[in-house]
Amino acid sequence: MKTINISRALVLALFVAGSAHAAKTDVTLGMQLEPPNLDPTGGAAAAIDEVVYANIFEGLTRFGPDGSVMPALAKTWTISEDGLTYTFELQEGVTFHDNSTFDADDVKFSIDRAMAEDSTNAQKQLFANIESVENVDGAAVIKLKTADGNLLFNLAWGDAVMVAPESVETLATAPIGTGPFIFKNWVQGSQIELEKNPAYWGEEIALEKATFKFISEPTAAFAAMMAGDLDAFPNYPAPENLAQLEADPRFAVVLGSTEGETILSTNNKQPPLDNVLVRQAIAHAIDRSAIIEGAMYGYGTPIGSHFAPHNPAYVDLTGNSAYDPEKSKALLKEAGMEDGFTTTLKLPPPAYARRGGEIIAAQLRAVGISVEISNLEWAQWLEQVFKGKDFGLTIVSHTEPMDIGIYAKPDYYFQYDNPTLQGLMVDYNAETDTAKRTEILQQAQKIISEDYVNGYLFQLAKTGVASSKLKGLWENSPTQANDLTGVYWED
Amino acid sequence: MKLRSLLPGAVLVLLFFSAALVSYLWTPFDVTLIDIKSRFQSSSAVHWLGTDHYGRDMLSMLMVGARTSIAVAIVAVGIGMLVGVPLGLAAAANRGRFLDEFIMRGNDLVFAFPALLIAIMITAVYGAGALNAIIAIGIFNIPVFARLSRGAALSLWKRDFILAARAAGKGASRISVEHILPNIMNLLIVQGTIQFSLGILAEAGLSFVGLGAQPPIPSWGRMLADSQTLIMTEPQLALYPGLAILLTVLGLNLLGDGLRDWLDPRLRRER
Repeated sequence: MKTINISRALVLALFVAGSAHAAKTDVTLGMQLEPPNLDPTGGAAAAIDEVVYANIFEGLTRFGPDGSVMPALAKTWTISEDGLTYTFELQEGVTFHDNSTFDADDVKFSIDRAMAEDSTNAQKQLFANIESVENVDGAAVIKLKTADGNLLFNLAWGDAVMVAPESVETLATAPIGTGPFIFKNWVQGSQIELEKNPAYWGEEIALEKATFKFISEPTAAFAAMMAGDLDAFPNYPAPENLAQLEADPRFAVVLGSTEGETILSTNNKQPPLDNVLVRQAIAHAIDRSAIIEGAMYGYGTPIGSHFAPHNPAYVDLTGNSAYDPEKSKALLKEAGMEDGFTTTLKLPPPAYARRGGEIIAAQLRAVGISVEISNLEWAQWLEQVFKGKDFGLTIVSHTEPMDIGIYAKPDYYFQYDNPTLQGLMVDYNAETDTAKRTEILQQAQKIISEDYVNGYLFQLAKTGVASSKLKGLWENSPTQANDLTGVYWED
Repeated sequence: MKLRSLLPGAVLVLLFFSAALVSYLWTPFDVTLIDIKSRFQSSSAVHWLGTDHYGRDMLSMLMVGARTSIAVAIVAVGIGMLVGVPLGLAAAANRGRFLDEFIMRGNDLVFAFPALLIAIMITAVYGAGALNAIIAIGIFNIPVFARLSRGAALSLWKRDFILAARAAGKGASRISVEHILPNIMNLLIVQGTIQFSLGILAEAGLSFVGLGAQPPIPSWGRMLADSQTLIMTEPQLALYPGLAILLTVLGLNLLGDGLRDWLDPRLRRER
């Protein structure tokens, strides 16, 4: 019955606030995809984190707007000499939305659950190096198998948020976390509503209510912005409309970076794509600037490897795959493919893939590679391409932060198997010295770039549109999130 | 007055048919060439109707698009006729018997499914493509022709000349082919034109939602879909394929009406 009392109090508070002063305290955000469920610890969909991360659920650490790792439910931490033991002092007075208290036992429960054999966590590798979690006098003590420079970063992911044993069964439909917003209502196919958590432990937030509306059609998104039905669309789906929205004084267009490396993903096990010469020929046949301009209307930064340009360890390797159709033809000849070949190009729904795919198909045709395009829905794409590995080429944006480690997984869908790189990633995970870690990352970028594992196209830009009076939304997308804790309306 | 709708209909249909036929031999530009730098050009001496969002020549796109639409619609209507008419004739020849009931109830079943639903089902199993659009629209056409030919044939079966043919010892299938079919031909041609225009619309609709011809093959429906988000800034990209669909369908409907008036002897006498 407590929840009812809380919501009554809230309604009253809203009423009082509304009559006293007219400053807006609710916000409606547009998102293109609806989350399949609301449990960030049990699903891979980016849309889950885009609703719940930092709003409903919090972890021991969290990502800040610039991608740095900041303390969240862990107030401070100490690391033992050998780098194997992390002791986290927790924030005090933290309660879950069902009024149960948060303590080190919940930390143990959450991490044990994510690590468990039968866990459905989408990023289980984040926890692979954890030996044990214990509650020692109220502090959470995490012991590692080997020294690991990534732990604080790993714990900041949406997949590593803290959940309570009391509410874990119903997380998918009624998420209970410790965050500044309480889950209120989910109208399937339409919207999710959140409400301010009056008992929040941290800094008080400015918003009373937040609504996420799901609009998949770019034209409908444009109409909804124009009609004022939405206050913001943090990842606006149609870059061709941005100039028009920018010209409207009601809106502000905010451009930022994302962790989305958009690549022409290549099936490294399927002939003739298993031949590095053929992959190199494809790389030289692609004109990145035409794709960025034609598919994204200029929003995007060229990349030459699987690494974000705003990351300090980035090396510009675009020269390895400069646009050179003649060289591409010569390479095909060298590979014994002077007559070209036919392969498939399977495209998921986003505009970068559909439009980019048409442009790439034309560019490949120019060097003699003929490509059969098939447009797939996300579910089909996941089934055929990601799980089934039944594809030649596909275009997709890998939006997880720092995900170069996927190249060390030979059974990952593009099936790149290189023991040198795999060894390098093992070294990276064990290394704690920043300079050496950077060096390893740069070496890894070079290896995959020179092996032409995939066609590296561009870093997806974050193209956000918001009411010009709405402040505090993230400019960049260091992780999949719509953090509303700092959002407020300017009078 | 007789040619009131026949002539403009025929002219419009001829225009799009010839555009489609010419596109096999020649188009002003290659529609598979993408040149981003020259996108969104307005009409000029070089690009008569300007260029689209990939810098492709709009006129060439429309010509090849006409080919796609017409090819899909013709084959689909052909499937409908080739399967539907024999079914209808067989049903009429066996009026009231089990075969009649079987065919016509089966027809009702197929008729209850919209073409789009059939297309989505086929796509889910075999993937999207022009061939699947043809099959979906073709299946949708079968009951139309089956019903029409059954109804028309039933009234003919009561006529004296059929009785004479039966008296001469001809079997039901021979009578259907030699006497019934020629007498319902004009009806079939008129219905064929109408179904053809519906086929063009269905193809455009399927391509619009991505279930028709796949890129890089141009199609009017996909041209419309691609121009959706650009309608405020580059309205001509939606206008031209929209007009092409409108005029073709209008032309076919006028032609169908005109043919009906022209082929029906009773209507001809009344005038």
